[in-house]
Amino acid sequence: MEFFERFAIPNPSLAIYISMVAIALTMVAIVAGLTYFKKWGYLWREWLTTVDHKRIGIMYLLSALIMLFRGGVDAIMLRAQLAVPDNKLLDPQHYNEVFSTHGVIMVMFMAMPFIFAFMNFVVPLQIGARDVAFPRLNALSFWLFFFGAMLFNISFVIGGSPDAGWTSYFPLAGNEFSPSVGTNYYMLAIQISGIGTLMTGINMITTIFKMRAPGMTLMKMPMFTWATLVTNLIIVTVFPVITVALAMGTFDRLFGTHFFATSNGGMDMLWANLFWVWGHPEVYILILPAFGIYSEIISTFSGRNLYGYKSMVASMVIISALSCMVWAHHFFTMGQGAVANSFFSITTMAIAVPTGVKIFNWLFTLWKGKIRFTVPMLYSVGFIPLFVIGGVTGVMLAMSAADYQYHNTMFLVAHFHNTIIPGVVFAMLAGLTYYWPKMFGFMLNERIGKWSFWLLSIGFCLAFFPMYITGLDGQARRMYTYSEATGYGPLNMLSFIGAGVMAISFALIVYNVYYSIRYSPRNIGADPWDARSLEWATHTPIPEYNFAIEPHVASSQAFWDAKKKGHELFPGKLEKIHMPNNSGVPFIMGAIFFVWGFSMVFSLWIPAILSILAIFACMALRSFERDHGRYISVKEIEETETKLRGVN
Amino acid sequence: MKVDHSLPLEYSTKQNGLNIFGFWVFLAAEIMLFATLFTSYFTLEHRTAGGPNGTEIFEIAPVLIETFVLLTSSFTIGLGVHAMRIGRKKAMMTFFVITLLLGLVFIGFEIDEFITYIHEGATLQTSAFTAMLMTTLGTHGAHVTFGLFWGTAILLQVKKSGLTPETANKSFIFSLYWHFLDVVWIFIFSFIYLKGMM
Amino acid sequence: MKLKSALLMLVLTITTVLTGCQPLMVLDPKGPQAKRQAHDILLSIGIMSFIVVVVFAILIYVLIKYRASKASPDYEPPHIEGNKWVEILCVGIPVIIVTYFSIVSVQSNYIVEAKPQGYQDKEPLVIYASSSDWKWHFSYPEENIETVNYLYIPTDRPIEFKLYSYGPITSFWVPQLGGQKYAMSDMVTTLHLAADEPGEMMGRNANFSGKGVAENTFNVNAVSQKDFDKWVKDVKKSAKPLTKEEFNKLLKPGHLGQMTFTGTHLGFNPPPGHNHSGSAKQEGPTEKSNMDMTGNMDMSENHNHE
Repeated sequence: MEFFERFAIPNPSLAIYISMVAIALTMVAIVAGLTYFKKWGYLWREWLTTVDHKRIGIMYLLSALIMLFRGGVDAIMLRAQLAVPDNKLLDPQHYNEVFSTHGVIMVMFMAMPFIFAFMNFVVPLQIGARDVAFPRLNALSFWLFFFGAMLFNISFVIGGSPDAGWTSYFPLAGNEFSPSVGTNYYMLAIQISGIGTLMTGINMITTIFKMRAPGMTLMKMPMFTWATLVTNLIIVTVFPVITVALAMGTFDRLFGTHFFATSNGGMDMLWANLFWVWGHPEVYILILPAFGIYSEIISTFSGRNLYGYKSMVASMVIISALSCMVWAHHFFTMGQGAVANSFFSITTMAIAVPTGVKIFNWLFTLWKGKIRFTVPMLYSVGFIPLFVIGGVTGVMLAMSAADYQYHNTMFLVAHFHNTIIPGVVFAMLAGLTYYWPKMFGFMLNERIGKWSFWLLSIGFCLAFFPMYITGLDGQARRMYTYSEATGYGPLNMLSFIGAGVMAISFALIVYNVYYSIRYSPRNIGADPWDARSLEWATHTPIPEYNFAIEPHVASSQAFWDAKKKGHELFPGKLEKIHMPNNSGVPFIMGAIFFVWGFSMVFSLWIPAILSILAIFACMALRSFERDHGRYISVKEIEETETKLRGVN
Repeated sequence: MKVDHSLPLEYSTKQNGLNIFGFWVFLAAEIMLFATLFTSYFTLEHRTAGGPNGTEIFEIAPVLIETFVLLTSSFTIGLGVHAMRIGRKKAMMTFFVITLLLGLVFIGFEIDEFITYIHEGATLQTSAFTAMLMTTLGTHGAHVTFGLFWGTAILLQVKKSGLTPETANKSFIFSLYWHFLDVVWIFIFSFIYLKGMM
Repeated sequence: MKLKSALLMLVLTITTVLTGCQPLMVLDPKGPQAKRQAHDILLSIGIMSFIVVVVFAILIYVLIKYRASKASPDYEPPHIEGNKWVEILCVGIPVIIVTYFSIVSVQSNYIVEAKPQGYQDKEPLVIYASSSDWKWHFSYPEENIETVNYLYIPTDRPIEFKLYSYGPITSFWVPQLGGQKYAMSDMVTTLHLAADEPGEMMGRNANFSGKGVAENTFNVNAVSQKDFDKWVKDVKKSAKPLTKEEFNKLLKPGHLGQMTFTGTHLGFNPPPGHNHSGSAKQEGPTEKSNMDMTGNMDMSENHNHE
């Protein structure tokens, strides 16, 4: 019995017990459903073992949506707790757990897979490739992310959630002040999915540098591909930093080292530095792909080429370089003195310049265009004003002396949600609506989509603008309650209402998916938006080899030129196509990583060591395996092509 | 797989080229990993908390042997790759075996070094300095150990299938990895041992 | 200059009206440091609002003018690569704004990191503010007094806070006197504040430090030098001395009300930088030496007061 006690939740509550039951029921339902409909084989053959970048993209997308739901429920709980003064809905321990998991899930397990969904699905199509450079590694990346996310999520029902904030500052996150296993989950879950992210970075960089269609020079790549390239360069640069930091944190918690502890020479400031050396570029890892998606959408629905292509590329490269030089602005108040603060203050503000250039270029792309207000376009033009507000408050925060007053307040919370929601979340929803027909063969309903856009925007403003004011009025962040005398009550109630409106909007998006599955027409053709880049030049549904003939490219909007200027996109004739085989190893390796992580969380050394051996066994298996893929014959391709042409 | 005979064997297919490029990107990530370890080491170097410092525990003799052994192994793997390029399977395998044996000697000395540290009261838990030292050295050592297994696996494949585009590609990538570990060791030798002993 | 102050007033009025006529705490400064910060905040809100308005105006204009429903069906948007002059303008204007803000920011950095302006010729009152889960200990070495969870400070005299923590990182923040600064367990940070006028203010730990952080607040009473001296005299008369055992009890996690002691804990439980073994040179990592040095130097100097 003693052995099992460690798995108990240290701070149980009714909500957790209900969730336990709900999780158990859902799992039973999934297993029963799969068995009843005899879908186990389908699931394994078509999805769990797939190495197809399009399917991996879709799996990232589904995971991101599920995590969005989980993180969103956390958010509603936080706002509900703060809606009225002296509220007793959550006790401080639960509040701490909820905001910690809200942050980690939204950044690591919602926004990251969301951008990977689009990178995976879109980039090979946009550059005219058959797949990514290392398809099987790509599957492994996904499964590491997925099992990392699962590991993080089960902390809720087994052993207790992390409660030291998403930044997990030591010494608070050390054993002395966070004795539950929650922070172990944090360290290991992020570590596992981080390894997956790093491998995606390597994969995407190689893909983009080495597998572009003939004629596509670097300066003829579509903007989303550029954004992906720059993003993945940042990933490869900074993810190793968090790998080391997390390893050191894990050592501190599991093996009694003193890297960040208060005794034996440990240094708490080192964690803060390492964390933000990764953490600040991380927000650009999220925002740059979003910028890429906006560039595609704004250009498509303005009916115009992207204005200032070169300066768009240059500004992304400059942003990525600057993003690695600003990390200390997250702790201007750590006492590093006026010189260091001035340096980081200036570098931070400098980022406003390339970002401003991008905003102006989008505005000039709209100029003289023929603007169609579809749902993806609404998100994109809604993004511009809201993100500008988030951006200018960022410049305000960058003024280090004034930041002494903003730091740790709701003003800061308002700022980063003001950049991440209109910046990243809007982009993801825009991209979701935009690429949905290419992924699934039908459009999402425009009317419901517009409703959810407006509700989300209004809800967002209601939820976050009041925080700027309460922040300036002295409301600190991460506090589970406040007294009535502070006067924060009405504005926090407004935030809660805003959060509710946002929740309705997300529910509408789910309803839209359901509605469109049932009622949307299926004969939409390959290019329903009248778009400009290569991903629209292939059929819908996309054949597994993407393009029957390798496309030849002459500009950054090759498909548009093919439609309007008669540029010949597919010269040459059919040849047999080499494709990689499916493999179950990535999934199995991911599952073993999950067992390893779980064993480490609870210091179960024997299963941990066995899992490591099993991981190496999988790698050895891969090394000795003779798998040269397979060929799709010309005849097969012809059959597929005729069939797909018939559909359209 | 299309094989292009105008290129060296390890580059001769499209996938081979991708593998090598991808591995360079991976090495870039590894550089960042070790850079982070070094930065943390320099930050915690003097935080000995009453425990031993570098001057007290570092010994020049084993470190010099380790350095010599690893540098030699980098040279022999270079010879191995050269032998591979001129199609001499036997010679290539011999040089790879020598490389791996030298790697094994290196690991032996490193383990002995760790045992000595622990006997001298410098354990992972002693201070931030000792923990950081052992983590940095240990990360490098773990890389070398992994390399031993990886190299052996490649040798077995070369033995079985001969020098094919695939095995040549793997061997070449492995040699990049091995050279990289050597470069990291030069930094460890200069900035941890030499600096610490001065 | 007139335009600038008019703009500031406008922003101030708007924000005041928005929040029900009660001035926002940060924008209602009671000391020179907070005044400088409020000035920076209002200045940046003013200029930033202007930028936001401009972007909104351009956006609304193009969206209305170039919407597809208005354009003729055969209108083909032109292909425009970009224009050198337009792009120079797009870079130039932000550069000018950012440069201006950089200058203001650097100036303010040096102002808030030094003895408050207008108080340069006065001897600062040194107060050691240390946090433990979840309370604040304030030691007055000069007066040989220690309080828990409340502060008495004289007006018209600069205050130099020496911050450190017995536990997680905390942040000492009295919004109306000036911005916050971290208190950490392995170094002492310095925060310069001053109060211009008497009054009662809220202070708190702003940095998340665990379960009890929400109630981790303290009161600040700014009083005239005369009243401050009287308070000191009263404390000396009525309060009991602080012993090592008593202090260790205070450090235990939990919340405490306001308490007063004679004597300080600085003697038997000195701030970081003193309680490590080995020489001072071995303590600080090289690249952070400027922080450690300020901490260490100031401390040895203040040791004389005890």
